[in-house]
Amino acid sequence: MYAQMVKSTGHGVKPLDEMDPQERAFQERIDAGDKIEPKDWMPDGYRKNLIRQIGQHAHSEIVGQLPEGNWITRAPTLERKAILLAKVQDEAGHGLYLYCAAETLGVSRDELTRMLLDGKMKYSSIFNYPTLTWADMGAVGWLVDGAAIMNQVPLQRTSYGPYARAMVRICKEESFHQRQGFDIMMKMANGTDAQKKMAQDALNRFWFPSLMMFGPSDKDSVHSAQSMAWRIKMNTNDELRQKFVDQTVPQAEYLGLTVPDPDLRWNDETGQYDFSEPNWDEFFDVISGNGPCNTERLNTRKQAWDDGAWVRDGMLAHAAKRKSQGIAAQ
Amino acid sequence: MSDGLFQFLLRMGDNTLVLGHRISEWCGQAPGLEEDIALANTALDLIGQTQMWLGYAAEVEGAGRTADDLAFLRDVWDFRNLLMLERPNLDFGHTITRQFFFDAFHVLLLTRLQASSDARVAEIAAKSVKEAAYHLERSADLVIALGDGTDESHQRMQSAVDLLWPFAGEMFAADDVDNAMAAAGIAPDPASLRAEWQRKVDQVMADATLTLPESQFAHQGGKTGRQHTEHLGHMLAQMQWLQRAYPGATW
Repeated sequence: MYAQMVKSTGHGVKPLDEMDPQERAFQERIDAGDKIEPKDWMPDGYRKNLIRQIGQHAHSEIVGQLPEGNWITRAPTLERKAILLAKVQDEAGHGLYLYCAAETLGVSRDELTRMLLDGKMKYSSIFNYPTLTWADMGAVGWLVDGAAIMNQVPLQRTSYGPYARAMVRICKEESFHQRQGFDIMMKMANGTDAQKKMAQDALNRFWFPSLMMFGPSDKDSVHSAQSMAWRIKMNTNDELRQKFVDQTVPQAEYLGLTVPDPDLRWNDETGQYDFSEPNWDEFFDVISGNGPCNTERLNTRKQAWDDGAWVRDGMLAHAAKRKSQGIAAQ
Repeated sequence: MSDGLFQFLLRMGDNTLVLGHRISEWCGQAPGLEEDIALANTALDLIGQTQMWLGYAAEVEGAGRTADDLAFLRDVWDFRNLLMLERPNLDFGHTITRQFFFDAFHVLLLTRLQASSDARVAEIAAKSVKEAAYHLERSADLVIALGDGTDESHQRMQSAVDLLWPFAGEMFAADDVDNAMAAAGIAPDPASLRAEWQRKVDQVMADATLTLPESQFAHQGGKTGRQHTEHLGHMLAQMQWLQRAYPGATW
C-alpha cells in the first residue's frame, strides 16, 4: 500500500439525512457502485482526499525507484539487470499514470512534485529503508510489491474513475513484479550459504516494515471511515495486513526462510495467523522523517529536480520558439 | 576468421553493455519523468542487444563461456567498447550528446549489418536497428531542443559537443579486425559510414545552433583494447562485483 495515513478532510461520516441534496445524490451514486468522473460534481473533501491519496501513491512510485535503482548497476547477470530496469521503468510509468489521474482533479504534476520536495506530501514509509544486498531486490518484489498489490487490487473498484482505471494497468504490472521478486528469493534461498544468508537477512529487515505499509492499526486509524464511505479506501488497514500475512507466511516456509516473529502461529479457531504488531513508534519516526534513508531519498529527488531545471527550461524555451516560428510562418 | 568475428562481436556487445550501464545510472534521477522512462527504456534495449551480441560472441569463441561470463568476468584489457561510451555521464547534456553521436553511428552500422554475410549478425542487427532508430530520433530531438533552448542549455550542450568530439573519430577508425570483417562481407568498413554520419550530425548541429570543433583529432584504444580510460575499471568494479565476490553462485 503506497498511501498511508491519508488525512481525511471531513469531520467524521455524515449520515445521508444530514447531507444537502447534491451531496446526498453524490453519496447515493457511490453507494450504488457508480464511477465518479472528472467533470462530475464532487464534494471538496472528496477531491482533496483523493489528491492527497493519489499524489502520495504517485510519489511512492517515484521515490520507490531509488532503492531498486541502487542495484541496477550491480545486478549480477544481464537478465537480472534487464528485468530490474524494466521493473523500475514500470514504476516511473505508474507514477506518470497516477500524476495524470491526479491532474484530472485540478492539481498539476509540478505542484505535486513541489509539495513532495518541500516535505508537504509524503510517500510510503517502506522506501525509507535501505537495500543492502542483492536479496533485497527479491524481498522488495516479493514483500513490498506483494503488500502493494493487497491494497491496489481492491482499488481497481474505487469510486473515482481515472484512479480505478490507472489501478487496473498498475496491478497487471505489479503482479509480474511480485513474481520476479519471488523468483530472486527462490534462487537465493536455494543457493550457496552466503546467498541463503542474504535471503534470510533481507526477510529479517523487510518483514516488519512491509507490515507497516498498511498503515496503523484500525483502532488508531483516524482517517479511514470517511475514505471508506467514499470508496476511496476499500478495506481497513488490519484486514489487509492480516490477508498479507496469511498469504506470505506459507511462501516464506516454501522458501525455507524464517519469518522474524517468535509469536507468529497458525490459529485454528480464526483460520488465520496470529502475529506480532510492528513497532509503531518506529513507523511514526519513519513517516515523520527519521527513517534510515529519508534524508537521502528526498535529497536525491531534490537534486534530480534542481539539476534538471536547465533541461526542462531549455525544452520549454525551444517549444515556445517553435510555436512562435509556426505562427509567424502562417 | 573466427577470432576476428569474436573480436567484432565483442565490440558490438561491449558498446551496448557499457553504454547501457552508463545510461542506467540515471535511474530515478533524470530531469523529468518522461526522460527517466526513456533513459531506462534505452538502457533496457541496449542490455537486450548485449545479450544477443555477447551470446553469439561466446558461441563463436567456443570456449564454454556465456554472455554473462563475458560481461562479468573479463577485465579492462579485454573490453572492446569505444572510449566515448565508458566516459562518465556528467550532466544530462553530455549524456544526450554522447547518445546522439553513438546513435547516429549505430543506426548506420546496424542498417548495413542487416545485409551481413553472417546470418546471425544480420538477424541480431535486424532486431536491434528499430530500437536504435528510435533512440536516434529521441537523442537528435533533445540535442536540437537543448542546443536551441535557453542560453544556459545552449552553453551546456556546446561544452558537451566540445568535450566529446575528440572521442567521435574512434567509431570510424578501421583496423585489421574491421578489414577482415569487410573482406568477408560480415560488416562494413567503418570508415565508409563516416560521410553519412557527418551529414546527419551537421544537420542536427545546425538545427541545434551548435558548432562542431574543427580539430579532427581522435582518441583511440577502446575498440582495440589497447588503452581504455581510467573510468572503465571503476565501472567494472561496480558491475562485476557480485560475480567476483561470490564465484560460482547462480543468481
